[in-house]
Amino acid sequence: MRSDRSPLSLRAAAIGGLLFLHLPILLIFLYAFTTEERSFQFPPPGLTTRWFATAWFDRPDIWPPLYLSLKVAAISTSIALVLGTLVAAAMTRTAFFGRDQISLLILLPIALPGVITGMALRSAFGIMDIPFSTWTIVLGHATFCIVIVFNNAVARMRRLSGGIMEASADLGANGFQTLRYILLPNLGSALLAGGMLAFALSFDEVIVTTFTAGQQSTLPIWMLNELVRPRQRPVTNVVAIVVFAATFFPILAAYYLTRGGSETAGMGK
Amino acid sequence: MTQSAILPAKGPADRLTALFWRHPRVLLALLLTPPLLWLGVVYLGSLAALLLQSFYSIDEFSGVVRQEFTLKTYGELLRPSNFDILVRTVSMAAAVTLACAVLAFPIAYYAARYARGHWKAAFYLGVMLPLWSSYLVKVYAWKLILAKEGILGWAAAQTHTSWIIDGLLSIPGLEGSSLSTSPLGTFMVFVYIWLPYMILPMQAALERVPNSMLEASADLGATRAQTFRTVILPLALPGVIAGSIFTFSLTLGDYIIPQIIGNSANFIGMAVYQLQGTAGNIPLAAAFAVVPILIMLVYLGLARRMGAFDAL
Repeated sequence: MRSDRSPLSLRAAAIGGLLFLHLPILLIFLYAFTTEERSFQFPPPGLTTRWFATAWFDRPDIWPPLYLSLKVAAISTSIALVLGTLVAAAMTRTAFFGRDQISLLILLPIALPGVITGMALRSAFGIMDIPFSTWTIVLGHATFCIVIVFNNAVARMRRLSGGIMEASADLGANGFQTLRYILLPNLGSALLAGGMLAFALSFDEVIVTTFTAGQQSTLPIWMLNELVRPRQRPVTNVVAIVVFAATFFPILAAYYLTRGGSETAGMGK
Repeated sequence: MTQSAILPAKGPADRLTALFWRHPRVLLALLLTPPLLWLGVVYLGSLAALLLQSFYSIDEFSGVVRQEFTLKTYGELLRPSNFDILVRTVSMAAAVTLACAVLAFPIAYYAARYARGHWKAAFYLGVMLPLWSSYLVKVYAWKLILAKEGILGWAAAQTHTSWIIDGLLSIPGLEGSSLSTSPLGTFMVFVYIWLPYMILPMQAALERVPNSMLEASADLGATRAQTFRTVILPLALPGVIAGSIFTFSLTLGDYIIPQIIGNSANFIGMAVYQLQGTAGNIPLAAAFAVVPILIMLVYLGLARRMGAFDAL
């Protein structure tokens, strides 16, 4: 007979595993308040909030990378939203020749290690003599963001019953009216979720970016430089908190937007 | 007298809709062209450029890339110093994958079989958040943990267990002044960062094991251990393999973690980064980058045979 209560050891191991995944991140917060700026001494010798002011007022080197990261993430997300939705629409409609190959092609940029995508783009820029710019970064980011939007959109479209599209056509709507009044409102929250995840991914990306940025610095590249050659370590923690928040809240929001699925129209049957 | 149906005036949008209805392929082509152009030109084009570069070579005297077909650059991969990098990276990826599988199992199993309601959501979020949250921030957090004066050293000193860390750090091959400069530290951080990628597919596979099979196994007199070995494990295997694709591939290509934590021994990703940057040897960097692609193609082929793609 199998009991429905879990063995204590299993529960302990599972909860221990979750704690292992989360506790390290809390240290980032603690060290943003330490008074010791040269080492990672634990416990911190004293606590202070002055690093937040320092980061804001005395470190002008933080701002340009922040702007660049926001700009790249915004452009990449917009491109990925359009392209990802288009593929998702094509893939859910019909079975066609080459469908499996296309889904592999979409998946490839995140299935292969980032260093390959980065090096591949770098080789292409080298061969074609393309100078590094914001757009070379965007090329890389949009490519791996497409799959994020695609996954969210395709999941929602599969749950969407084909019946409501037919009903719309029966009531005299043409394809564009169906898109405007039926499809987009139903896809809305899934696209928002996909867009936020893509934004978070792009904002935080460092591996592909180091190959496509040249001398430019995005916020993660700035952080990487600070990790290799530290100066005012707690300031790095303050920036790390900002980066963490910029990825944490979109994920949480995306989860609540796509949870369940009972909100999707056409699920009645 | 018959009256025709009252129909609204037909505009261009209606005519297009009719065209799409009669020829669905037209719509399909319109939908697919922009994304396929992007992925085909930007991504596949770049991969082709990568392959092309790897068959070029660099002139050892002038440092200029010679654009002629040659296998010389691939031959350089077999030099002992370069071959060591390949072996080191693949063994690290294998070790990380095994450790992730072991650590992920209890979490995935508990989340799949016992967690209900709020706990289920908590477990899902508890795995999703670390998976998505900033990669660099997580690596940085481990720098804080593993540093000599950091929290792990402090905890060991408080509990008088520093000898365990010192003992581990004196094992040949794992030496370092602290965990943050030892290959052991690199390994721990890899396991931490990629663990969620193993948990999710594993949990999905475990959720598909029907309860009735476990009951049948128990009815037939199997102990918990026997049920685990002969029923749960084979059924969960596709999930484990699916997860291992991620942990293996991500470890193969990473170059940030070994750069920040460890004894700066070279990994494939670091070699690629240094060769294309300061050394300016793009052909050799490209050849190095082709190796993980080949390894992953073989790996994906094997995984497909074992049914791992159904678990993705």
